[in-house]
Amino acid sequence: MRADDRARAFERALLAMDRAGARTTLLAAAEGTDTLAVAESVVAPALERIGDDWENGTVSLAQLYMAGRIAEQIVSEVLPHVRPGDGERPQLAMAVLEDHHALGKRLVLSALRSSGYAVADYGHGVTVERLVQRCRDDKPRVLLISTLMLPAALRVREVVDRLALPAPRPLVIVGGAPFRLDPELWREVGADATGRNSSAAIELVDRFTGGAR
Amino acid sequence: MTGKMTSLERVLKTLGHKEPDRVPLFLLVTMHGAKELGLGLQEYFSRGEHVAEGQLRLREKYGHDCLYSILYAPLEAEAWGGEVIFRDDGPANSGEPLILDVEQIRSLEPPDVATSPVLARALRATEVLSQRSHDVPIVGSVVSPFSLPVMQLGFEAYLDLMFERRDLFERLMAVNEEFCVAWANAQLAAGATAVGYFDPVSSPTVVSPERYRETGFKVAQRTIARIKGPTATHFASGLCAGIIQDVAQTGTAGVGVSAEEDLAALKRAAAGKLALLGNLNGITMRRWTADQAEAEVKAAIAAAAPGGGFILADNHGEIPFQVPDEVLHAIAAATRRWGRYPIDWVDA
Repeated sequence: MRADDRARAFERALLAMDRAGARTTLLAAAEGTDTLAVAESVVAPALERIGDDWENGTVSLAQLYMAGRIAEQIVSEVLPHVRPGDGERPQLAMAVLEDHHALGKRLVLSALRSSGYAVADYGHGVTVERLVQRCRDDKPRVLLISTLMLPAALRVREVVDRLALPAPRPLVIVGGAPFRLDPELWREVGADATGRNSSAAIELVDRFTGGAR
Repeated sequence: MTGKMTSLERVLKTLGHKEPDRVPLFLLVTMHGAKELGLGLQEYFSRGEHVAEGQLRLREKYGHDCLYSILYAPLEAEAWGGEVIFRDDGPANSGEPLILDVEQIRSLEPPDVATSPVLARALRATEVLSQRSHDVPIVGSVVSPFSLPVMQLGFEAYLDLMFERRDLFERLMAVNEEFCVAWANAQLAAGATAVGYFDPVSSPTVVSPERYRETGFKVAQRTIARIKGPTATHFASGLCAGIIQDVAQTGTAGVGVSAEEDLAALKRAAAGKLALLGNLNGITMRRWTADQAEAEVKAAIAAAAPGGGFILADNHGEIPFQVPDEVLHAIAAATRRWGRYPIDWVDA
């Protein structure tokens, strides 16, 4: 079976919440192959398509969440997986700034990790001060910030400004409802990009890191 | 606003899918009243009298067509014992979930609406508004039994429960329905004219239409049937086109529309069944010029006002604190100018 067919089969199993089917598909794909290549060629395309389908309204957030959760679980079982904190400093970090709704972060973390990226989870309800300090300590290459409400989205400006000194600062990708509803807001707060969903997050991280896992 | 009809008459006529003298405008401002009173947000929300005074001053200022007795979104979660985090520049947010182990649901009991000091503040606001205003609809609010668990459990744990623990999910819905009905009816008894039924989890943005028909739809049918007054369902920026015919079967009178929705298409789908409320983009509204505000108001009126059954409002059910007074004035002025029936400028 070609990688694309396997990705389609994996996608169907995730949307049906068929853990056994998804696991079987991934085990077959991983046989005799580099596990990172499987994450890139099977898991990432499946999750990207599911994210795109959420964007065009044919898949719900609940399905997207469950698909990501199942994928993350199976990938951690089936594929030897790089985890943040295992040694090297993570290239990627993610936080929910000030807000306490963590679902958006969870969706993006699941998608990135299942695609083979190590991402440090800085948690939710994180203050500007704490986020800046974590970034200064860890020096991630890319920082993903999720927000729910407009006031928190506006505080990204402060994060970006404070991280700029001393240079270089991490590249900042923002997401969440305020950025979906106002397509100009990411520029206003000084971010480097915005993603409308977890699928876009994978694409942006691929671009910013050159795809290096 | 000037006009032959009172705000209440105007709203009732449009809810009856007829054209009143002009398009009703609901400026759903929950926080701006604090500025009017010179108070911080937490202090403002600490007394129902503050909220009532703020609402009355805002209506005096902008001349819109409702008084909004909602305090903040996590009020009900707070009444259940949940954490609420206030901030100076925006809406109070729900903190850590109050249910940390789903097994707690088995013995969960709702708060007593009659004795809850948290809910008493909102009821007091409603009472004062009712005493001081007689021709303006007072709009209360409830978080639907199907959406409240996001604050009770957290979003992820709630989705896990919905998909994997159906027994506990059903038990939670039963408990929440009892609370929601009691809370809605208490607001109506205190003087609310109608109740906003906030149900973002039912939106196809969050659950599939198939899942909705098995869950949130049935919950809404059962709950709304027991609420002793009109309701309008609001998906708080979530989409609703995919379930609009189902929503019409829940017994609700209107529906709040997202800025991301095609308002004209939704009007065609809902005509005669559901009044539409929306759908000005509250996030971009923050930096609108007066000309932009006028253009946005005109576009919404052109899309949905002909024939009645339309109330102009924001898309979320709460206008951000950052939206300046000048923009709110511009929206109100544009509604006065372009919202007069018949809407005969559209084809031109």
